[in-house]
Amino acid sequence: MQLKRTVKFEADRDPEFARWISHTVGGERIRHCLQCGLCSASCPLSLYMDYTPRRLMHLSREGFKEEVLSSSSIWLCTACYACMVECPKKINITHLMYALKERAIEERFYPKRFPIPVMAQQFCRMVRDSGRITESWLIVRVFLRSAIWRLLGMSGLGWKLFAAGRMNVKKDKIQRTGEITALLDSVADSRKELAL
Amino acid sequence: MKYAYYPGCSLRGTGRAYEESLLAVFRSLEIEIQELDDWNCCGATTYLSVDELTSYALAARNLALAERVGMDIIAPCAACYLVLNKTQRYIRDYPDIKTVVSRALAKIELEYHDRVRVRHPLDVFLNEIGLKAISAKVVKPLKGLKVAPYYGCQIVRPYATFDDQRNPISMDRLLEACGATVISYPLKTRCCGGSQKGTLPEIGLDLIRYLIAEAQRNGADVIATVCPLCQFNLECFQKEAGSVRHPLSIPVLYFTQLMALALGAPAATVGLRRSLVPVEPVLAAKEIAYA
Repeated sequence: MQLKRTVKFEADRDPEFARWISHTVGGERIRHCLQCGLCSASCPLSLYMDYTPRRLMHLSREGFKEEVLSSSSIWLCTACYACMVECPKKINITHLMYALKERAIEERFYPKRFPIPVMAQQFCRMVRDSGRITESWLIVRVFLRSAIWRLLGMSGLGWKLFAAGRMNVKKDKIQRTGEITALLDSVADSRKELAL
Repeated sequence: MKYAYYPGCSLRGTGRAYEESLLAVFRSLEIEIQELDDWNCCGATTYLSVDELTSYALAARNLALAERVGMDIIAPCAACYLVLNKTQRYIRDYPDIKTVVSRALAKIELEYHDRVRVRHPLDVFLNEIGLKAISAKVVKPLKGLKVAPYYGCQIVRPYATFDDQRNPISMDRLLEACGATVISYPLKTRCCGGSQKGTLPEIGLDLIRYLIAEAQRNGADVIATVCPLCQFNLECFQKEAGSVRHPLSIPVLYFTQLMALALGAPAATVGLRRSLVPVEPVLAAKEIAYA
């Protein structure tokens, strides 16, 4: 039998994480959270989450980094903004979810072959290369790298969409792709320079 | 007034019927447009979750391109509409973001001075053209067609730019002007799951199931959508979301397809053949004539 302490001590927290979340763009107001729970009540996904948005807000501002970044909630958020509309303190909850997702990807807090980060990476790569997204190519690339078996299950739908002219074989591309690369590189430079 | 038309990636792929019907409505209502020169992907919800700062720069390129030709943007895709709006607001509110974006734009000889408005077709139809002018142009009214108006998330949330955030009615009004009966649909702004159907399929299916079951229970003949991803989810996975005991089957159209039909555009030009759940049997059963 493996026994573990079930209660967290204050010393287990990561103060850097708490500082980071309240200084991230859109996170300025997290300290104002009343823990009223309107976010959890309005969230269409909260019934699937391990920590509801209300709990996640509290855990993150207190610095429980491990719990927050390994929580399923940050991946379940679809960015529908229902919580933000209801929040009486106007906390930018959706934006915080994005920030947490970004951090979890950076620090690799997700299971191997987990499709959401795979999709995000492939999406960004396609934007860098072509400036536009060709949905058919994106879907194939994502499933090749996460769940190949599901690609087979979807081939029926793929054919139907293809027959209806809704699946592109040819990749869409902007004319001045160089501008996209220049744009992305410039942001990366500024980020370093301004330490954002 | 002429608008810079920003279709976005989906309208060139799975949402092709949206573009076809939207252009047909523009023609009928004599709205002048010009496609935004060499537009790029707005970054959508996906880019925001990996690298927010970069996603603002990507969106800002489109804003700057529109500013250069001095036109307001018309963005039919819900994700594009939100991302462009959000980018404008964040550039205004956060000096750091403004600096990063302006530097990046300067590298490609573009400038952005916050002089462009981003508008949704619902907004333009309702507030620039007006219901009176639209109903005057209706030649094939959708009499007796019961429509569930589904707005999804990102049109009215988080920014209520032209409609109420909890109970939007702009599409209801437009469809009524086209002769349709708009039914009560309390889930009109509930999330369809977005890309969840691809990444976490069981959960995505649940969300789709609630939306369709509710529309059917309330007696809808069709669901009208404003977003390419909502349309895709609700149409392509409805069979999978249903069961033997509770089968789900209902055509899911873009609101512009219904408008275009009512305005007399020939069926062949509004992308009806791209539907996986055909709407023609419903129109025939209701004896609704279309060109």
